[in-house]
Amino acid sequence: MEMEGRIIFRGNAKGEALVSSEGVSFYGGVDPDTGVITEKGHPLEGKSIKGKILVFPQGKGSTVGSYTMYRLKKNGMAPAAIINKECETVVAVGAIISEIPCVDKIDINKIKDGSQVEIVENKVIVED
Amino acid sequence: MELTEEEKEMLEGKQGNAVKKSMEILVALGEIFGAKRLIPVKSVQISGVSYDNLGDAGLEFLEEMAKDGKVVVKTTLNPAGMDMENWEVLGIPKEFADKQKMVIKAFEKMGVETTCTCTPYFIGNKPGFGDHIAWGESSAVTYSNSVLGARTNKEGGPSSIASALTGRTPEYGYHLDENRKPKVLVEVEAELKNPSEFGALGKILGEKLEGRVPLINGIRKASTDDLKSLSASIVTFGGAPLFHIEGITPEKHERPEETIKVLRDDIEKAINDMNDGIEDVDFIFLGCPHCSLEELEKIAGLLKGKKVKKELWIGVARPVKKLADEKGFSKTIEDSGAKFACDTCHVVAPLKGRFKTIATNSAKGVFYGRGRNDFKTFFGSLDKCIDMAVR
Repeated sequence: MEMEGRIIFRGNAKGEALVSSEGVSFYGGVDPDTGVITEKGHPLEGKSIKGKILVFPQGKGSTVGSYTMYRLKKNGMAPAAIINKECETVVAVGAIISEIPCVDKIDINKIKDGSQVEIVENKVIVED
Repeated sequence: MELTEEEKEMLEGKQGNAVKKSMEILVALGEIFGAKRLIPVKSVQISGVSYDNLGDAGLEFLEEMAKDGKVVVKTTLNPAGMDMENWEVLGIPKEFADKQKMVIKAFEKMGVETTCTCTPYFIGNKPGFGDHIAWGESSAVTYSNSVLGARTNKEGGPSSIASALTGRTPEYGYHLDENRKPKVLVEVEAELKNPSEFGALGKILGEKLEGRVPLINGIRKASTDDLKSLSASIVTFGGAPLFHIEGITPEKHERPEETIKVLRDDIEKAINDMNDGIEDVDFIFLGCPHCSLEELEKIAGLLKGKKVKKELWIGVARPVKKLADEKGFSKTIEDSGAKFACDTCHVVAPLKGRFKTIATNSAKGVFYGRGRNDFKTFFGSLDKCIDMAVR
């Protein structure tokens, strides 16, 4: 299956989808040293985002989250790419400064957790 | 979004890497929020300065941008995590101080004026009516939009830096006339006595209005300090970074139809909500947002001939403190045992665990004292806070 979205930060990436039905707050919600989601009660609590195609509806929380994404990247703990339903400022700015490929305006319900996903420019290709 | 030839070149990296990165940020934000173009800005206030919030990654980002990035408009800085000169007096650990100094050095290299304050409008970064600016620091954003009639969105750290290095911001949100119109009329049927009560009003509106811009009616007079307090509080508690007050703020608007009332009881309830019912405190912070010269005069008057028995910090921009030095207010304040915390405040300093309780006259101060530092709070007027400190 192939979907077309909007490029927030241009790049190509391939990996396993880690899908969250809820928003992600990078500041205070993700450990920048381990890449593990730490927000209490979050659907992905305890899971590592490292090297994954991280799929979630929209970012949330403090603008410091952009800096947390940058820290993840520097620590080698960043996701390979991010796919959003609707990207907001914190994740957009974070993706740009951290150079993490990011695409939004994608129907994320069509991406199953654990499936292989490839991003080529504005295209999201999900293996059946 | 339509870019000029020069902007296209900036985006391609012809003016260096920091400018390229900055343009990528601004263009992406513009695309997301449907801006048609970039517009020039007259000044920038950068948020994200405390090492406590930035961490090593934030510091690295700043150092990377400082390699070839230079500000092209007047740019000032938000409070840091410590008093840049007297950090030892305030008990800040040396490791933290070293990192904080590196943060400031990176900004300095970019050409930023490194007086760290949340009230840049007191120290010469004061935009005029209708000026487009790109400011971080939510209280200063709200003050500029509302009280000065300048135009800015609430920028985060990286986007405010991007505007400083390019002199531009995407034209959307509060830069546009249609988004500055009030949506709700607020009838205040209570006389607000001091900045703390204006802070309480801000809490009520922030929580009630779901981000809609209010036109406030029923306030006959408001001092700079009252408006500073309202600006800080309304946005902290979830409101839009813009309000209008009939007869006081500079933009003229027609009254919207939807009306809500704020009564004396509502103000009292909000004040009550910000008090955890504590009888005593181990820490008092005044100057959130940073004190004006008038506030320092008042504090000096209240502390004259007295000794503080608790840790009392007074947050202020260093140039404002210098004015207070000349007037003799600083000596009176310091003779009492109170400490100046220039360049910083309790919202961004590494204080978690150091104190258990705080007294403050700032509604914003209560919100972050609780959320960020786990303090139990006493909220009251400046006079009452001083009273807590000396008794």
